[in-house]
Amino acid sequence: MEEVIAIAIGVLAASGVWLILRPRTFQVVMGLCLLSYGVNLFIFSMGSLFIGKEPIVKDGVTQDLLHYTDPLPQALVLTAIVISFAMTALFLVVLLASRGLTGTDHVDGREPKE
Amino acid sequence: MNPLSHLIIAPILLPLLTAAIMLMLGEKHRPLKARINLLSTLTGLGIAIALLVGSQHQASPAAIGVYLPSNWPVPFGIALVVDRLSALMLVLTGIVAVCALLFAMARWDRAGASFHALFQIQLMGLYGAFLTADLFNLFVFFEVLLAASYGLMLHGSGRARVSAGLHYIAINLLASSLFLIGAALIYGVTGTLNMADLALKVPLVPEADRGLLHAGAGILAIAFLAKAGMWPLNFWLVPAYSSASAPVAALFAIMTKVGIYTVLRIWTLLFSGQAGASAYFAGDWLVYGGMTTIVCAALAIIAAQRLERMASLSILVSAGILLSAVGFAQPNLTAGALFYLVSSTLALSALFLLAELIERSRSAIEQPLEEDVEPLPRPVEPQPLRRGTNLDDEQKAVVGQVIPWTMAFLGLSFIACALLIIGMPPLSGFIGKLSLLNALLNPLGLGASAEVPVSTAAWCLLGLLVFSGLASLIAFSRVGIQRFWSPEERPSPVLRRYEYAPIVILLGLSIALTFKAEPLMRYTQAAADTLNHPQQYVMAVLATRAVPSPEAKAAGATLEVQP
Repeated sequence: MEEVIAIAIGVLAASGVWLILRPRTFQVVMGLCLLSYGVNLFIFSMGSLFIGKEPIVKDGVTQDLLHYTDPLPQALVLTAIVISFAMTALFLVVLLASRGLTGTDHVDGREPKE
Repeated sequence: MNPLSHLIIAPILLPLLTAAIMLMLGEKHRPLKARINLLSTLTGLGIAIALLVGSQHQASPAAIGVYLPSNWPVPFGIALVVDRLSALMLVLTGIVAVCALLFAMARWDRAGASFHALFQIQLMGLYGAFLTADLFNLFVFFEVLLAASYGLMLHGSGRARVSAGLHYIAINLLASSLFLIGAALIYGVTGTLNMADLALKVPLVPEADRGLLHAGAGILAIAFLAKAGMWPLNFWLVPAYSSASAPVAALFAIMTKVGIYTVLRIWTLLFSGQAGASAYFAGDWLVYGGMTTIVCAALAIIAAQRLERMASLSILVSAGILLSAVGFAQPNLTAGALFYLVSSTLALSALFLLAELIERSRSAIEQPLEEDVEPLPRPVEPQPLRRGTNLDDEQKAVVGQVIPWTMAFLGLSFIACALLIIGMPPLSGFIGKLSLLNALLNPLGLGASAEVPVSTAAWCLLGLLVFSGLASLIAFSRVGIQRFWSPEERPSPVLRRYEYAPIVILLGLSIALTFKAEPLMRYTQAAADTLNHPQQYVMAVLATRAVPSPEAKAAGATLEVQP
C-alpha cells in the first residue's frame, strides 16, 4: 500500500509542478490544485497507513497507537483541504480579473513576442 | 492565572470580532466602519503595549507568558506564548497598522470593497503568527494573513496590481504547499507540532531519521524564506509591493518581518546549541543567503527609478541584513539585528506612504514608467493666486517664490527617511547599523573579545553593510535631487491631515528611538539572551498546567477537608 500511495503522491506532485511552470493561468490553477492534492495525501501518509483502524477511541479497545490510527494528521488534512480549496477559489477570481483587464490568459498579462 | 494571561489571546480575538461586525454592516456606512476600525486598531496597539509591559513584570526571569486556549494540557493542545520578541513584534505591528490605517482613511479606503474588514483580518493573521507556539497554527495564521493580503494587494484594482497580484498569489500558494510538506515531515519524525516539545525531541531523534528531519526543516525554511525575501526566492516581492496601494504597502513592510521572525523563533528553538547533532543546522545558509540578498538588492536599488521600487528594494536589503545577522547565532548580534529591525520597519513604512505623496506631485503630463492605471485621480491642484498679487509679463507672481509648506514637509521627511534607511548619523538607523558592526567586530562584547579572531563571514557582512549603505545613499540622493531640486515647476500636492499625520508619527518614533536607544537596546539584548537559552522558553511552555475543571476543584477541596 505504501508503494501505491508514494507513486500517487509522486505523480500528482510531478504533474502539479509541470503545470505550474506553464504559461497559461488556467494551467497554473490546475497545477496548484494537483499539488495540493499531493500534499494532502502526503500529510495523511505521515500518520502511517493502516487499514480498518479508527482514529476515535472505542469502548473495549486498548488505547494505544497499535490499535488506532493517528487522528492528528487527519485533522491537519481537513484544515489543509479547506484552506487550499478557498485559496484556489480566490485564485480563480484573480485569474478572471486578470483576463478581463489584460485580454489574455498569459501569466504575465501579455502575449510573448513571436 | 492572572488577568494578564487572558490578555494574550485578545490581539487575535479583537480583530476577528471587528472584521465580523464590519462584514455585517455591509458595503454602506464607510465612515462608521473607518471609525470602528481605527478604534479597534488602537485598542490592539494598547493591548500589545500592555503585554509588553506586563511580560516585563512577570515572576519568571525570561518574561514568558503562556495561554492555553480551550484548556488542553500542553503538548497536545494549542498554546499561545508571548515573550520579549513576540511582544516587541506585536507592538511594532500595532504602530505600523495604526499609521497605515490613518493614511488609508484620507482616500484610499474608498478605492475598493471591504478594505476595513480585510485590514482587520490581516492584523489577526499577523498577531496570531507572532503569538502561536505551534507549527500547524503558524500555518493557519500564515494563511489568514495571506488570504487578507491577497485582497489588500488587489485593493484599488488596475492592471499592474492584478498582474503583480497573480504572481504574488501563485508564489505564496506554492510556498504554503511547501510549508505543509515541511510540517508533515517534522511531525512524522518527531510526533509533535508544539515548538517547545519539538525543541526537546530534536536532540533525541535517531540517527537514521535525522536526514528526514533536516529535509523537513529545509523545506519549511524555503516557505519562510520566500516570505522573508531571501534571494533567489524574492523575485515576486518588488513588483507586488511597489504596485500595491500606499497604505497597503506600508502594512506589508511588516510582512517580510513575519518570515524573519519565524526563522528566528523556530531556528533558535529547534537547532539551538543544545540540539545535539542538529545544533546550528544550516546556519551558513542563512548567513550567505542573506549576504547574496544584500548584494542583489543593493545593486538593483542603484538601478531603480521609481520611489516605490526603491522602497521595496530597501525592504530586501534590510531582510538580507537581518537574515545574515540571525544566522551567526550570536546573542549581541541578534540584539543589534532586532534594534535594526524596529528602526528599519518604521522608516520603510513611512517611506511607502511618503512615496505616494511625492510621486503625486509629478505633473500629469509625465508618463509613469509603467503603464498602471490610477483608480483615483491624483489630487493635484495649482496654488490659487492671492488676490492683489502683482503679476509680471508672464502673468506670474512677482514676489519671490515661497516654498509651499507641503513641499518643505515632503522634502524634510524624505531626508529623514533616507537617513534612517541608509544608516547615516544622527538618526536611529545609524545606531542600529553601528550596533551590528560593533557586534561583528567584538563577538563577545566590547573589550572582552581581544583574542577572538573575527571570522571571514563576519568581515564579509561588515563590508556588505557598508556597501549597502553606500548604494542606498547614491540611489536616494539621486531620486531626491530629481524630485525636489529640479528647476521645472510643479504644482505642490494637496495634503490632507490624515496623510501627513502617520508620516509624522512614524518618523517621530524613529527620532524618539535615537534619544531612547538605550532602553530599547537593553530590551533587545534581553530578548536575544532569551532566544539564546531556549530551555527557558521550553520550560515555561511545558510547565504550564491546564486550569482544573470546577468538579476537579471541588473534588480537590473535599479531599483536603477529609484528613
